[in-house]
Amino acid sequence: MADILLELRHVHKRYGENVVLRDLDLTVRRGEVVVVIGPSGCGKSTLLRCVNALEDIQGGEVLLDGQPVRQEAKNISQMRQKIGMVFQSYDLFPHKTILENVLLAPLKVQKRQRPEAEAEALALLERVGLADRRDDYPRQLSGGQKQRVAIVRALMTHPEILLLDEITAALDPEMVHEVLEVVLDLAKNGSTMLIVTHEMAFARAIAHRVVFLENGEIVEESRDPKAFFTRPATERAQRFLRTFEY
Amino acid sequence: MDWGVMLSYLPLYRDALLLTLRIGWQGVALALALGVVCALTLHLRLPVLRQIVTAYIELFRNTPLLVQLFFLYFALPKVGVRLSPDACGTLGLGLLGGAYMAETFRSGLDNIPTIQSESAQSLGMTRLQAFRYVILPQAVSSSVPGLVANVVFLLKETSVFSTISLMDLMFTAKDLIGMYAKTLECLTLLVVFYLIMLLPVSFLGSAIERRLRYAEFGDRRTV
Repeated sequence: MADILLELRHVHKRYGENVVLRDLDLTVRRGEVVVVIGPSGCGKSTLLRCVNALEDIQGGEVLLDGQPVRQEAKNISQMRQKIGMVFQSYDLFPHKTILENVLLAPLKVQKRQRPEAEAEALALLERVGLADRRDDYPRQLSGGQKQRVAIVRALMTHPEILLLDEITAALDPEMVHEVLEVVLDLAKNGSTMLIVTHEMAFARAIAHRVVFLENGEIVEESRDPKAFFTRPATERAQRFLRTFEY
Repeated sequence: MDWGVMLSYLPLYRDALLLTLRIGWQGVALALALGVVCALTLHLRLPVLRQIVTAYIELFRNTPLLVQLFFLYFALPKVGVRLSPDACGTLGLGLLGGAYMAETFRSGLDNIPTIQSESAQSLGMTRLQAFRYVILPQAVSSSVPGLVANVVFLLKETSVFSTISLMDLMFTAKDLIGMYAKTLECLTLLVVFYLIMLLPVSFLGSAIERRLRYAEFGDRRTV
């Protein structure tokens, strides 16, 4: 299919004897928001890290726009620029200001002109409500603010897909909202995203497709998130969703 | 206390201070250069070189500087390597300091979380770019307190130079005591001159440390 952006084919990942991803197939279409949920340790984060080759894989392949993403490949830097990633722990660069954080890759990796990149950076920071913090250091920001900066930083290389790895898991509850608003806004504007989250209400609101992962395998996949969250087809997914009820 | 005598000794102490500083800083410069190279070797886990560096560090950290200097000054000539006292002092201090600097700088590098490099690479940086723009600046600033402590330690260690007939502060004091027996005056001057040499280094170190505070992950000045 022409509109397939990301494709994982028979991806196999293990740490020593421990198999984390088992012959996994997954496709993400352009403009699609796919949410991966599952119990902790099921391989969700590893899955995302395999997509941009932060993890090497022992079998299968990852294709973006039909081109392989491989850790040792010469074009890995170019490929990663097309794959934005936001981590659970923000991982801004503590020795750089907010503006320098988001400008580092455009200036040093993509060799763009400073005025043009800076204008874009400021526009994006404005969009997430942080333009006035441009000269602050990450430690001066709250968790939610840092995470919004991390999203801007990932957007600055103009990625074709965004990987969001439990981006609200480390946040205080009142900051979760401000971050998810930004992500919803991106989805509305047609960004392609592969999201790992524990926020079920958010998953339900944003997902075009839900993937339930357990023990490194896709147990259930649904194009109808509302239906999935009300009555999942598999017993394992039912059991998992029940753990969110009190 | 004989103030007149102390005043008359001042020029001798000044010359000794200058010599101590000159060799001390040469040694420190050598130590820094060696330390950086060794720390990178350890951090990047370069095969073979890494074992050599480890052996070097353990050798120099676990033997006294006095013994190292004696070896350079009295033992090497027996195998035909004759070094001037100046060269011995610089080399001895540099080799000792290199071992300490390497350890300090290596732990600075190793303490930067892996995910910092990963998040840089996820933006498309090569490993080298991630190291240069993200890991190295943070490692340098978090190593500063340790590096300054090493510099102070090394400059103090120069006092053993007197044993290889370098006319440093310690040598001058001992010499004057031997000749004129003004023990109190000579040793008081000695303390004062070491402070003149080292207090500025300590203050400068604290100032640099304050400037580089950003490397701390703790949220001291949060919103």
